[in-house]
Amino acid sequence: MSKVRGESLVDKVKSSYALVQRNYNLVRRDAGWELVFIVYEVVNVLTIGFIGVNGPKETMNERVLYLVAGALLWGFLSALFHEVAESVAWERWEGTIEYSFMAPQPRGVYMFGVCMWGILYGFVRTAICLAAVTLAFQISLAGANLWAALLTLAASSLAFLGMGLAAAVLPLISPEKGSPATHIFQAVVLLVSGVYYDVSVLPAWVRPLSYVSPATYTLRAARAALLEGAGVRALAPDLIILLALGVVLIPMGFAVFSAGERYAMRTGKLKRNG
Amino acid sequence: MTAAIECLHAHKSFREPADREDRANRRGGRGFAALRVLDLVAPRKVRVDAVKDVSFQVKKGEIFGILGPNGSGKSTLIRLIATLLTPDSGTVTVFGQDVVSDRLAVRRCINRVSVEAAFFKRLSALENLEYAARLYGLDAREGKRRAEDILERLGFLHKKMTVPLENLSRGMQQKVAIARALMTAPVALLLDEPTTGLDPVSKREVQDFVLEVRETHDTTVILTTHDMQEAERLCDRIAVIHGGEFVAMDTPESLKASFADERGRVPTLEEVFFRLTGSNVDDWMREQGE
Ligand SMILES: Nc1ncnc2c1ncn2[C@@H]1O[C@H](COP(=O)(O)OP(=O)(O)O)[C@@H](O)[C@H]1O
Ligand SMILES: [Mg+2]
Repeated sequence: MSKVRGESLVDKVKSSYALVQRNYNLVRRDAGWELVFIVYEVVNVLTIGFIGVNGPKETMNERVLYLVAGALLWGFLSALFHEVAESVAWERWEGTIEYSFMAPQPRGVYMFGVCMWGILYGFVRTAICLAAVTLAFQISLAGANLWAALLTLAASSLAFLGMGLAAAVLPLISPEKGSPATHIFQAVVLLVSGVYYDVSVLPAWVRPLSYVSPATYTLRAARAALLEGAGVRALAPDLIILLALGVVLIPMGFAVFSAGERYAMRTGKLKRNG
Repeated sequence: MTAAIECLHAHKSFREPADREDRANRRGGRGFAALRVLDLVAPRKVRVDAVKDVSFQVKKGEIFGILGPNGSGKSTLIRLIATLLTPDSGTVTVFGQDVVSDRLAVRRCINRVSVEAAFFKRLSALENLEYAARLYGLDAREGKRRAEDILERLGFLHKKMTVPLENLSRGMQQKVAIARALMTAPVALLLDEPTTGLDPVSKREVQDFVLEVRETHDTTVILTTHDMQEAERLCDRIAVIHGGEFVAMDTPESLKASFADERGRVPTLEEVFFRLTGSNVDDWMREQGE
């Protein structure tokens, strides 16, 4: 039997590059706006860093690092989540969703492309912020274990991509309420995960939420690596939780999305005009 | 021989909030907030049968027209064939492959042009087409070459290909939509009101191109329209859809002939259409002088 073009795994990965290129073109077209967003993000991170400059000199490095690590990690993870979760909302808004979804590709190809873009975009933005931070503050990373911190980030990326995939279904099943819902979800994760403070300060009734948020483990492990130089072995419990969350959340997010797509095709939620 | 496209007792209904018009009229008014709360408490839905028990077969290389007024179910029927909606009951197959169970296989052989050109409007024609080409697994360069050929053939100026689509006219955008659909060399082409809202020249160009594609590639085409001349000019057979049901299906000539009066006067397709869809039926009767 002759092989149909676009069938091998390599071809599928190539096809998913369509999403990366398209989003890159969109960013480039509105480069002015992108610049504004990045400047805002940089200023935001710096502002948070300056909070740590207050107080006793001896512990300043630790305080600034604590805060800046929170801001940078949150910036990366929320960009990841946002790019994936909003991909469908964006296509709905443009009206292109039927065309993207009608392509003869398993949905995984589309989603893989969206995730790759999210990682790339989040990475570049965070790198720019990191550069600004190192210029603004004389932070010493002498005792930090950077590899362990990076590994933590990679492990938690999976969990956040999984959550993004699940959240991407919301605009699919509810055109009006879907996108606001993803923003609320993101805000709750920010609140309960100890991005700028230790989760122990949270009111008792909010605490349980911090246990289920992957960001809680990311921040705890990354800070241990950056501030105390903790190694992979010491971080193993948190890393395992993060990986487990990723391994569960990615297939689950994908399954939720696929179910949502079937629902949309049954009820006519994909698009109705034109 | 099996049919290129076959629809057997296809049915599709939607659930719609009740009295949509009424609510739309009050939108923005003071009653709106209160209504929203009411909706949350007791959302009233009614069933809308968009496509009712529709059956037909389209032969390979045929141009099959679906003629119907607004809201008659044309787009819903196209979406059922395009694998964008799942039928509630009945079966739809494209070259023997079922739109539900063989979705990917069907998607490989079809493409669709809808009435509104759906694009990333901030991107240029070429950027949009490159995206589609990659997603379809075409070699990006090959896809681009094909798209450029089609655009040129449709009289699309080369220097406009890199301009954001939001700055181009609807006619130009529709040509890009046609290029996007044909770039993937579909064996079955679904055209949902491809010329609605186009100026007469663009309309002609698009129609000529549809005929050319069928001639050169033996492409099977389903075309919806509410333009009688277009239907007569392009279609080998026409189905008239009204309220989600096919009320007639034949060649344009036979369709007209079947409505000839006792003296043998053959009505125009427009008259047949009015008669079948009940719109203006009184005027039509009066004109006939009974
Ligand atoms: N996705 C949808 N959700 C709810 N109702 C729909 C949807 N699509 C179409 N309808 C309804 O089904 C009927 C047929 O619509 P449509 O197929 O778009 O007609 P046409 O294309 O002939 O104008 C209309 O009453 C329309 O309001
Ligand atoms: Mg329509």
